[in-house]
Amino acid sequence: MLPFTQNIDKLTDHLFRHEAGKMVSVLTKIFGTENLETAEDVVQQTFIDAITTWKLKGIPDNPSAWLFRVAKNKAIDIIRRNKFSVQYDFSDNERKLLTSEYSLAVTMDSFFTEELIKDDMLRMMFACCHPDISEENQITLILKILCGFSTAEIAKAFLTSEDTVSKRLYRTKEFFRQNKIKLEIPSVHELESRTGAVLNAIYLLFNEGYNSTNSNDLIRDDLIEEAMMLCKLLTENKHTQLPEVYALMALMCFHSSRSNGRLTAEGEIILLKDQDRSKWDRILIERGYEFMNIASFGKYVTSYHVEAAIACEHCTAKSFEDTNWKRILEYYEWMCKFYPSPIKELNKVVAVMQVHGAAAALQALEEIKDKKKLESFYIYHSILGEINFLLNKNKDAKENFEKAIQLTQSERERTILKEKINKIDSIQN
Amino acid sequence: MKEYLLVFRGGDGAIHSDSPEKVQAHMQKWMQWMGGLQQDGKFVGAQPLEATGKKISGTKKVVTDGPFMEGKEMVGGYLICKANTYDEAVQIANGCPILTFDDGSVEVRELKAMQM
Repeated sequence: MLPFTQNIDKLTDHLFRHEAGKMVSVLTKIFGTENLETAEDVVQQTFIDAITTWKLKGIPDNPSAWLFRVAKNKAIDIIRRNKFSVQYDFSDNERKLLTSEYSLAVTMDSFFTEELIKDDMLRMMFACCHPDISEENQITLILKILCGFSTAEIAKAFLTSEDTVSKRLYRTKEFFRQNKIKLEIPSVHELESRTGAVLNAIYLLFNEGYNSTNSNDLIRDDLIEEAMMLCKLLTENKHTQLPEVYALMALMCFHSSRSNGRLTAEGEIILLKDQDRSKWDRILIERGYEFMNIASFGKYVTSYHVEAAIACEHCTAKSFEDTNWKRILEYYEWMCKFYPSPIKELNKVVAVMQVHGAAAALQALEEIKDKKKLESFYIYHSILGEINFLLNKNKDAKENFEKAIQLTQSERERTILKEKINKIDSIQN
Repeated sequence: MKEYLLVFRGGDGAIHSDSPEKVQAHMQKWMQWMGGLQQDGKFVGAQPLEATGKKISGTKKVVTDGPFMEGKEMVGGYLICKANTYDEAVQIANGCPILTFDDGSVEVRELKAMQM
């Protein structure tokens, strides 16, 4: 038993991230997507109970099991209380046994078995990514429902306001309410496109964990873990074992293998070229290779394949100098051709800088279409500053870094940028 | 397809004094039986009944407390299912977990359409 309430808060936060998605998925299967809010309420209430009870009586031996049991009992209460309500419809075959006291409790137990929960989460992912829901609303809901994100965290991930996020959530729930979307795995002919939307959401979640916009935690291991867990669910179900699923899995393995080398003991960012590569997680890299292998058997190549290939190059290079930047540049060129986006163009610029030097990089940067869109990102100014510094345009470089400092929300990025400015100042003096 | 009412008597009363594990194992049997019916699309509804009750009788509408009968005569619950024939309904009733008790019984009655 942990004595401090602080530990309980920490534990419940962790459990919420980890278990809330499972609980909401099962409960949504029980109450229907039109009652998503009921499912969320049950989970919320369960966690409130957990905090109050655990603070009084200590943490139980198996906190997750405790949460599931309490949620289950709450669900049973709701069913009993709403026997005559039209809000809940248990007429379909799967849920009919919830209407009889003879079978209610046991049926509820059977809904909460580990294997079924995995499928429920997968179905929930697809429901969140219904084609009639806009992409940003899909992603918002996945983060909220399946990943236990708070509205504030989603707002940060999307660089938008909490108000906007709340509206998106409201609209999607309204859509569920009106259309009573079934929780199911999509049919074969739409599986690919709908899996694409799910992968996109997972990718975003992973990036939120890996390049956190949150100023306090640069690497949020639990986000990375959640993203990989969701993707793993897709690899485990025979209907969703598509090449791009494995490619994204590989990409995430390669990236996350470097988590350990990216920060100092004090939590400061270490730049790629200064990282101790022996700290990279070889097991994750191996797993990355395995997934990459499976991904390559597909009939097509997606941007995840190419991004995984780039990450793989970094992982295999023995040192920063050994990195095959030429090949990486080829990958970026390929990607910008088939999946153009300003951010990818910007990444390409970094590769251009390594292969052809700063002047060429500057030119590549100038040539980016929709450059305007990038100007609100700190990273654009940071890269421009790097280029200007290499071109000995110190005054410009300093201005770029200062602009970047203004734009980043990350305290650690700010520290690095300040160091760069200090370096310029020390050269000038 | 016709509808049948299955009336349960006796049996389950003994289970309440058993350990929670035994109760759960017994309820599992109910769920399996009803789950089978439900999968065949033959399950309509079912509920157990409290042992207490009131009885109103005759034109004077005299109210008395409780059935107060012996355990094996007491109606403990019901189930309504679909079946084509009495034989099939009896077949269904055969699987009822109440029949794991010596004093348990199931009465099978066809729901009647009123001839007006």
